[in-house]
Order: sequence, then C-alpha cells, then structure tokens
Amino acid sequence: MSILEVKQLTKVFGPDPKRALSLLNQGWSKEKILKEHKLTVGVNQTNFTIEQGEIFVIMGLSGSGKSTLVRLLNRLIEPTAGAVLFNGMDVLRMNPEQLRQFRRKNIGMVFQKFGLFPHRTVLQNAEYGLEIQGVDKKTRTELAMNALKLVGLNGWESSRPDQLSGGMQQRVGLARVLANDPDILLMDEAFSALDPLIRKDMQHELLQLQAKMKKTIVFITHDLDEALRIGDRIALMKDGAIVQIGTPEEILIQPANKYVERFVEDVDLSKVLTAAHVMRKPETITLERGPRVALQLMRDSGVSSLYVMDKGMKLLGVVTAEDAAQAIKELKPLEAVMQVDVPTILPGTLLNELFDMMSTTKLPVSVVDEQGILKGIVIKGAVLSALAGNAIPEAGEVV
Amino acid sequence: MSLPKLPLGEWIESLEDWLTGNLRPLFDTIKAIIGAMVGSLEFVLTAVPTLLLIVLITALAYWIGRWKIALFAFIGLLLIDNLGFWSQSMQSLALVLTASILSIVIGVPIGIACARNNAVRNTVTPILDFMQTMPAFVYLLPAVSFFSLGVVPGVIASIIFAIPPTIRLTNLGIRQVPEELVEAADAFGSTPGQKLFKLQLPIAMPSIMAGINQTIMLSLSMVVISSMIGAQGVGAYVYRAVTQAKTGIGFEAGIAIVIMAILLDRLTQNVFKKK
Repeated sequence: MSILEVKQLTKVFGPDPKRALSLLNQGWSKEKILKEHKLTVGVNQTNFTIEQGEIFVIMGLSGSGKSTLVRLLNRLIEPTAGAVLFNGMDVLRMNPEQLRQFRRKNIGMVFQKFGLFPHRTVLQNAEYGLEIQGVDKKTRTELAMNALKLVGLNGWESSRPDQLSGGMQQRVGLARVLANDPDILLMDEAFSALDPLIRKDMQHELLQLQAKMKKTIVFITHDLDEALRIGDRIALMKDGAIVQIGTPEEILIQPANKYVERFVEDVDLSKVLTAAHVMRKPETITLERGPRVALQLMRDSGVSSLYVMDKGMKLLGVVTAEDAAQAIKELKPLEAVMQVDVPTILPGTLLNELFDMMSTTKLPVSVVDEQGILKGIVIKGAVLSALAGNAIPEAGEVV
Repeated sequence: MSLPKLPLGEWIESLEDWLTGNLRPLFDTIKAIIGAMVGSLEFVLTAVPTLLLIVLITALAYWIGRWKIALFAFIGLLLIDNLGFWSQSMQSLALVLTASILSIVIGVPIGIACARNNAVRNTVTPILDFMQTMPAFVYLLPAVSFFSLGVVPGVIASIIFAIPPTIRLTNLGIRQVPEELVEAADAFGSTPGQKLFKLQLPIAMPSIMAGINQTIMLSLSMVVISSMIGAQGVGAYVYRAVTQAKTGIGFEAGIAIVIMAILLDRLTQNVFKKK
C-alpha cells in the first residue's frame, strides 16, 4: 500500500515563484527560466509513490534538487505547487498545527551533519521529540533509552554529542527519530559525512534495523553504491527532475537514457547482481522415478545431468547420464548413484562471492533457499553475460 | 542660491513640549517605578554592614570565578571603603544595576524579535546606531524635561546608551544558531516557543551574555554623565573634581569606578563560562 504519493511537486526559488509554473508547463527549460526570469527551479514537477515499508532512495549529484525535494515532503521548504499525499491526506493543505502533529507523529528526519543539539546530552537529544509532545519524563526516558539501545549506544546516554565520533553521533540522530516512532523516516545524506568504512557499517545496520522495524524510509544520497546497496527502489534526479525510478537492477540493466547510463557505467555489476538474477531453470527429476526415466528425460531435453529432488522440491543431488547408465546396468535406484555434494548458494548471494566456487567445480552451482528448495542453477556463461551488461534472460525458477 | 534652514531644532522642541504635556502620566509612572527600583537597591546595598557586604561579594566572586577574582574583590572593595567612597559607590551601583536589569528585560525580547523578523531588525538597527552615536549629553536634556532632575533621567540615559549591545548580540546569537539545528527542531514539530527556549536561547546564551556584559560596562561608564543631571554617587565626585580641577579626588573617585567596572566585568563574564 502506498504511504506517500507525490504529485507534480514543484519548488521554484525567487520572488513571485508562481510565475514559473505556467512556463514549466509550456516546456521551458530550467536554464531559460533562470536566465529570463531570474527564478531558480529547485524541484521540477516530480511524481512518485512510496510504498509502505520500502527504502526509497532519491539519488542525484549535488545541485540536482534531492535535498530540496526531501524537505518538500515535510515542508521544511514550502513547495510552490503540487501535492504530497500521506495516506491520502494532502500535507500541503495542513494548517500549522496539523503540520506540527504530522511532523511529530508521522514523519521524522535524520540530517547529514547530524543536527544534534550540542547543549543536550545524548539522552536528552533522543528525548527531544517526545519532550516537545509533552510526554511525561518517565515514559520518554524509557522510550529514548530503548531507541539508544537499538542503535547500540547504551552507556553513552549522559555524554554530550561532541564527545562522540561521527558514526556514533549519527546513531544518536537515528535514535532521536526512532524514539518518536514515526511512520516515515527521511534520511538526508545521513551517512555522507562518515568515513567510508563506518558508512558501510551504518548502511548494514540500517538494513538490519529496517528488517526489524519495517519503517518507510526515504533516503537521499549522491553515492550510487549506497543507493544500490540499501534501496528497494531508486529515483535518479537531474536538474530538479526525476529521470528514472526503478529497482537497483532496473536502473543498472535498463537505464532510461544516456544520463542514467553514464551514471551507472562504472558500477561493478558483480557487487550488485545476485545469483537470483542470473540463475536458469534446471532440468529436474523426482527421486522415485527410475534411472531409465532420467536417461530419457536427459535425451529429450538435450542435457547431460538432472537435479534430483524429493516431493517437497528439496534438492537431494545431481545425476549425470553416466550415473544413470551405470544404475541401469547394475539395477540400482537413482539414490545410489547420484552425487550429493552439490555446490549450493542462497539466491541473495552476490556474483562476486560466487567466482571462487565456480572456478573449483565442474557442476553448475545450485541456488537453494533456506529451506533447501531448489530455485535454479547458475552456469558460467550466464554470469559472464550478465557482467558484460547484457540483458538478463528471464530468471528461471523451478515450477 | 540659498535654501532656508530647516527648523529641525524647533520641531524637536515642539515634539518635546507635546510629549511633556500629553504623556505626563506615563512619564510619572516610569519615574515612580525606576525611582523605586534604584531606591530599594540602594537601601539594600547600604543597609548591609560594609564589611559583611565585602565578604559576601568576595564569596560570590570565589564561587563564580577563581580565587584571583575573589582576592581582587576583597582588596578592591576595602580600598573603596578606605577612600571613603563606599556609600557613593553603592549609590552608583544601584543606578548601574537598575539600568542593566531594565536593559536586559527590554533588550533581550527586542533582540529576539529582531532575530525572527527581518523587518523588525531593519527598523531597529538604525535606531540603535542613532542611540549609540548621538552624544549622550544631547538626550540628557529631554530626559530631564520628562523626568526632572535626579537619578531617574540618569537611568533612562544609561539604558539608551547601554541597551544596544544586548539587542544586537541577542539577535546575532540567535541568527548564528546553525541552520541544521533549526531545521531539526522544526522537523520534530517544535512550536516557535519550544524552538526558542529549548534550542535558540540556550545556544545563543554565550553571545547574549557577552551583550549583557557590554551593557553593564556601558551603563557604568554613564555614571559620571548621569551625575551632571543630579544623580548621586561616585560619579558626582568625579564631575565635581573635574569642575574644580581637583586631580587627587578625581583619581580617588575614578579608581573606585575602575574597581567596580573590573569586578562587574569579570563576574558577568564568568557567570556563563562556569556552566
């Protein structure tokens, strides 16, 4: 279900900004409006929908309008035109009191430079949102302590923000929002001020937290790797407009235009694509069929091996044509001749973690889920083709 | 070609007359309030035995600052007493404290208003420039005609001269609160009052205190000028010494003012550093 729906959202900076709207409708460019009317188009008629529980990344270079766009969502910057529907309610039509309540209960924000209050302790920072809502001291301390624990800061509650490292400060920023328990988290370049290694840790932790909390997160970044790593969907911005919205794979594999293509051309696909993206549908046989059926199936489909499964689709092993022929000769069941030490991986495994395994095994690598159910197989040719940037064939799944 | 001279002076005088004639009750009220403030402060400061007050101020200096300031307070205040300026100094102190307290009570809210609204700031700033550069003697005259001779016009003149730093530095301190912190306070749904009291004022406090410190110093520098319109105190001795060319008494009274100035400065500076 969509939690936030953005329609034609536009921000023009300058005196009497509404003038620019009709010009934009007539298709004037941002440059022309700036040159002839001295108005800066910050965000240009953006449309998107954010689903409940997803991490929606807005990505773009500096000056692309992404930080402005995120501030339009909670009206830290007043939009010029358009609509922001939160569960169907237009944020732009809220009066000051309604807007305050919306910010208090529904939408929280984490800032690039943390935005912590230097005169307050870590705990007092985490309590701030509840404090201004008039929550009593005991309850808000309890909630704030829980939030601090969640981000791994227990023991630091009486420190001042400037006594903490950057990574820890941003944890306080995160705890301050989480203590409020809003529906939506806006994260404006939340990890951009951190060292690369700490940034990665924080990304990882955010994903872990998200798995527990299932918040809706709008994450702003200029870092493509970050966007690909944490985004369920990515909106790519240029000159205040959204150029493409899609899953990380869609952005990489089907760039909407030259700009996106150039943006993503340096991406190491092996760090993005997973086994699930390149796996094919395997030829399978269930265990109680005999070796003769197996041999016949191989002949029919022109393959030299079959994956053996039980009735519950659990992978048991692989049987090759030679194994099957031997079983017929020696009157053995399939069980006795199949190879059981098949290399397996989970569907989420990244391709770059797969290279080692593929170089040491002759058999294709099998993709199985946590329950041992066979999902597909990965052959070398498919991996190479995907890394070369070719469109990926329909990801095969065992039916 | 010569244009006739603008009758600016006459306008000002007729304005003064009109104000004196029509706002008499207002001026009387202000005079009563300020007179009572100075009077009660003076009463308290002189009712306490001199030595006890010296010990109390020394203890305060030790508590706020360090032993050096405490030592200076003890010796300095004893010297004032020894020179025979104790009660006059307390009269001046009562004037300075009254002017300072009123400057803070009036100045900080005006500074806040300036920080919130550019139109207010653009109106107030030139008025402050005017107040600070217009020679103080000039506004002593209307102060006297509104409030007659005595300590009250002295307090008023001190406030006019001393209030600008408090207003300016309150405005500046609040405007210098980092944008991201203000955004954070807004993003959490703070009311304007919550934002002011929980974020802006605490962060602007060092700047506001610097302004208050300046205000106290400036109002102390007004004690001599105030004595010209009949305010009692140590300033009157300086003024008299100047008019009678008595260098010795002038210096003695001057030193009493310097000691008070240094003490007030160190104490107010350390009040906010302590935290």
